[in-house]
Amino acid sequence: MGEVIVVTSGKGGVGKTTTTANLGTALATLGYKVVLVDTDIGLRNLDVVMGLENRIVYDIVDVVEGVCKIKQALIKDKRYGSLYLLPAAQTKDKTAINSEQMKQLCGELKKDFDYVLIDCPAGIEQGFKNAIAGADKAIIVATPEVSSVRDADRIIGLLEAAEMDSPKLVINRLRPDMVKRGDMMDIDDMIEILAIDLLGVVPEDETIVISTNRGEPAVTDKNSKAGEAYRNIARRITGENVPLMNLTIENGFFQKLKKLIGLRDS
Amino acid sequence: MDIFNKMFGKNNVSSKTVAKERLRLVLVHDRANVSPQLLETLKEELIKVISKYTEIDNSALEVSINNSEHSVVLVANIPIRVRRSMNTVC
Repeated sequence: MGEVIVVTSGKGGVGKTTTTANLGTALATLGYKVVLVDTDIGLRNLDVVMGLENRIVYDIVDVVEGVCKIKQALIKDKRYGSLYLLPAAQTKDKTAINSEQMKQLCGELKKDFDYVLIDCPAGIEQGFKNAIAGADKAIIVATPEVSSVRDADRIIGLLEAAEMDSPKLVINRLRPDMVKRGDMMDIDDMIEILAIDLLGVVPEDETIVISTNRGEPAVTDKNSKAGEAYRNIARRITGENVPLMNLTIENGFFQKLKKLIGLRDS
Repeated sequence: MDIFNKMFGKNNVSSKTVAKERLRLVLVHDRANVSPQLLETLKEELIKVISKYTEIDNSALEVSINNSEHSVVLVANIPIRVRRSMNTVC
C-alpha cells in the first residue's frame, strides 16, 4: 500500500507544480512506482511541465465519472521508469469532482503505486478540499515572502482542522545572496514563524525556467542546483537522512569588488 | 556593509526583520480568526459595558491580540478616569 502526498501552498505561483513534477521524477528515478495527479481542474499545467501535454486522451474527471478506467487515463512517462501522470480536465471546473470521489480515487491509486503525488490548486476552496481529501501526508511549498508565508500558515491551520498528519515544509526559491544581506527571510525565520518541520530548501535557479521550457524536470539535469535540492527532498521522503545542501555563498575577492563598484550578484 | 549602509542613508533595520514583524502581527490575527473590524466592535461594546460601572477614557482604550509564550491573549488596556473629589458611592 503506497502513500498519498498532497503538494499544497495556498498562494499560487510559489512552485507547487514544479515541486510535484520534480519530486515525482526523482522518486521514479530512485526506482519507486509513482503517479502524479493534477487536481487543478480548469487550469491544468502539470502535463506541460512534464512535457506530456500531447499524450492526453482521458483526464481525472473522465475517471471519476466512469467514462474510462483509471489505467486508460494514466499517461506513462517512458523517460523515467515507472512514472505516470493522471492529468486534470481543462474544460471543466473544480466542482466536477467532490471530496468523496477523490478519496476513492486515491484509495485505488495507492494500491498500485508506492507514491501518489497530488498537485493541489491554489486557494482554499473546493479544489483544495478535493486535493487533500485522500491524502495521507502534506508538503507545504512556501517562498520566503510575506504573502506566501501568510497563506502557508492558513493552509497549515486548515490541514490541522482536517486532522492531517503534521505537514512538512519545502522552502522554495530561496536566494542566498538576499538572505546574506538581510533582505530575505532565512530558513530559521520560516521554520520559526510556521512552526512545522522542514523537508527541504530549493534555491532560486534559472535552470527551472529552462527545464520547464523543455518539459524536462530539473532533477534530470545534473548541473541544476534546484534539481539537486529536489533529489535530496525525494530521498528524505523515502526516509533517508540527507543533510541540507550548502547554499551559503563565499564572500570572495570578486564579490567584494563587485559590491564596491556597485554591481549586485544575483 | 554597515558603513556602506550608513553612508548611503539606508535604513538600519533589514527588510527581512520588517517582514518577520509584520508577519507575526498578521498571523496572530489570522490564527485567532479575529479581524481588526471585530476588535473595533469588541472595543465599542466594552466601552458601553464598562461605562455602566465606572468612567473610562474612551479615546485611550486599546484592545489587541498578542502572542505570549505559548498562547494567544486578548489584551484590553482600559484607563479609568480618576477624580480627586470622589462622591460617596450610593
